[in-house]
Amino acid sequence: MTAVANNLDQNAKPPTAAIAVEHIVKRYGDFEAVKDVNFSVAEGEIFGLLGPNGAGKSTLIRMMTTLIPITGGKAIIAGHDVDKDPDAVRRMIGVIPQALTSDPDLTVEENLNIYAKLYSVPRAQREKSVNEVLEAVDLSKWRGAQVKTLSGGMRRRVEIARGLVHNPRIFFLDEPTTGLDPVSRIAVWEMLDKLRATRNLTMLLTTHYMEEADKLCDRIAIVDHGTLVALGTPQQLKQNVPGANVVEVHFERETPEWQGRLEKLDGVTSVQAESAGFYRILTSSGSKTTMQLVELASQLGETVTSLSVQNTTLDDVFVHYTGRQLRDEQVKPAAFTMPPRPGAQP
Amino acid sequence: MNRMLAIIEREMRKFFRSPTLMIMSLMMPILQLVIMGNAFGGKIVGTRVAVVDYDHGPQAVKIREAFDSIAVNVKTFTTVEYRDENQAREDVRTGKIDGAVIIPEQYSRRVYAHDAPRVGFVVDNSDQFTSGSLESEMQLVVNALSAPAIQPRLATSIALKVVELYPYVNYMKFLLPATIALAMYISVMIGGGMLYIDDKARGVHEGYLVTPITKFELVFGLNTAGAIKATLSGICLTVIGSLMAGLGVIFHPMVLLELLALILVTSIAFNGMMFLLMVRVDDPLVPRAMFGVLNTLLFYPSGAMYPIAAFPAWLRAISVVDPFTYCIHGFKAILLKDGGFAAIQFDLLFLFVFGIGTLLIATPLFKRTL
Repeated sequence: MTAVANNLDQNAKPPTAAIAVEHIVKRYGDFEAVKDVNFSVAEGEIFGLLGPNGAGKSTLIRMMTTLIPITGGKAIIAGHDVDKDPDAVRRMIGVIPQALTSDPDLTVEENLNIYAKLYSVPRAQREKSVNEVLEAVDLSKWRGAQVKTLSGGMRRRVEIARGLVHNPRIFFLDEPTTGLDPVSRIAVWEMLDKLRATRNLTMLLTTHYMEEADKLCDRIAIVDHGTLVALGTPQQLKQNVPGANVVEVHFERETPEWQGRLEKLDGVTSVQAESAGFYRILTSSGSKTTMQLVELASQLGETVTSLSVQNTTLDDVFVHYTGRQLRDEQVKPAAFTMPPRPGAQP
Repeated sequence: MNRMLAIIEREMRKFFRSPTLMIMSLMMPILQLVIMGNAFGGKIVGTRVAVVDYDHGPQAVKIREAFDSIAVNVKTFTTVEYRDENQAREDVRTGKIDGAVIIPEQYSRRVYAHDAPRVGFVVDNSDQFTSGSLESEMQLVVNALSAPAIQPRLATSIALKVVELYPYVNYMKFLLPATIALAMYISVMIGGGMLYIDDKARGVHEGYLVTPITKFELVFGLNTAGAIKATLSGICLTVIGSLMAGLGVIFHPMVLLELLALILVTSIAFNGMMFLLMVRVDDPLVPRAMFGVLNTLLFYPSGAMYPIAAFPAWLRAISVVDPFTYCIHGFKAILLKDGGFAAIQFDLLFLFVFGIGTLLIATPLFKRTL
């Protein structure tokens, strides 16, 4: 656990914690998928679990939502112990698993009605509740359509409506935008933002999209190899990474000396060689480092084929804490248009 | 209770929205009934039998006249003249002809002298249906020829008088009980096996598991829905099959009630068995792979095609615990024998206890978590 995480969270539960996870552990035989994780989420907060595939974030969310038994530690959801009173927890939460759980052969409305019955929503309230959630996810006019006829983004909205039909206090979303195109993804983000505002929902979502976490979450926990490696607001996490800017440069000719030369430039805190002739430089002053870099290349007669300067992103935070880059994230918009990275995998 | 009804509602809406399940669960048994009912039910006709006549006497002529009569009337076989016994044997072996009758030299003389007259019959016994039928016809001919020309006034030999309790049961009628059972099995296999595991794999069950539904509600909801689907399949095939086989007995109200009771408990039994087999399965390929194995293991030892009395002990042991046995016995008792509730009460009891028993075993094995 990092200093940031220790400062920001850990055992100090917020006064009105909707979710409190204490020393939670999940083992499958000898393999420890989740290792002694602690965090809490305040009411009304959107909390993100960020990590690469296989990091343990889905296992964490499945333990909190009663889907898999907890091996050690405990999780308190809306004041109920997941292990001791799972039914009470299930009544308080809405869950959107990674898989699409709505029946593709049934209509949107039929799916919602069936889940309203599964959550024992009284008959008198059922229709009103279904109408409200359909309105909230903007699917009212598609209520009679079979789910299998809807687009991926719309199906994801059906899932969100399904999770809300019993008016839960806490909403768990496991990678809610995975597999969606950018437009649908933004639509889901806007919808979640609106839902938080209108329904006073506490949300916990897992994602491996940095932009999603940055845009939606009040606080983020970075999970890797089953361990919580960092926790804080996006701003706090970014500030904790040495270097305010990231300079990405590609030289036409690769020489082994570049690494050392770049590290000696003013403000540079770290240099990472990504592929042949391509370097990622963390610096406290992007403009100064860029100027020096261009001058140096000119003096040495080397050609810079591309150069970009960016502010620190969650991607940099992730690389800083885990030492590896997310593979599934979309390409970030850069200050300068970047050519394809030489030697990089498509 | 409402949550259990919600599971049933979902399953039934899905069932009626995709009629493929219903059609496919009926299609194979109906085809089987039509094809096997017609293929196996008929008598052997049009085979070819060689006649090698070394006698050429009056009694040999009587045999040939009897053969001509068969060729014209029941048409089991027609005769082909052969001169050489060895050639006839070789042609039976190679399948050019189906049998050969050898009338030896001195046959007529031995008949008149009451000197143990014999006629040879060479037959291809690798095909038991054809050879059995030919042997039967030959035996009838021989019996007729052996009968005295003038019957004694007082019969001295013991005669067996056969009393048939029921009207003639053709093969399609005989096959119908097994076909109904098969349709219900296929419905349960697809609806309760394959779709159940597919739903698990797709994540539909994950959606159920995060709701406050109890294990009991989920298990009984899924099984009740499965039993309803199998019942509908059973009713459809009983009606369609009975009409095809010409069994008007189904229009009797009491028979309908008996059939409904048997279909219902069979659905419970088949569904409980399938749920027990699938309760811990996650791989969608498993029920597909098990389909044929289970079909063979349950269908054939049940007496559907061949009498259980002819089975070896180990196969009889399977038939004792096989729900198909009781289901098929029950359908035969109702459809072919009109035996009433008294004839099926043990079948009903076994199937009900089997169904509830398998469900009671499966329920604790069902995981309320992933």
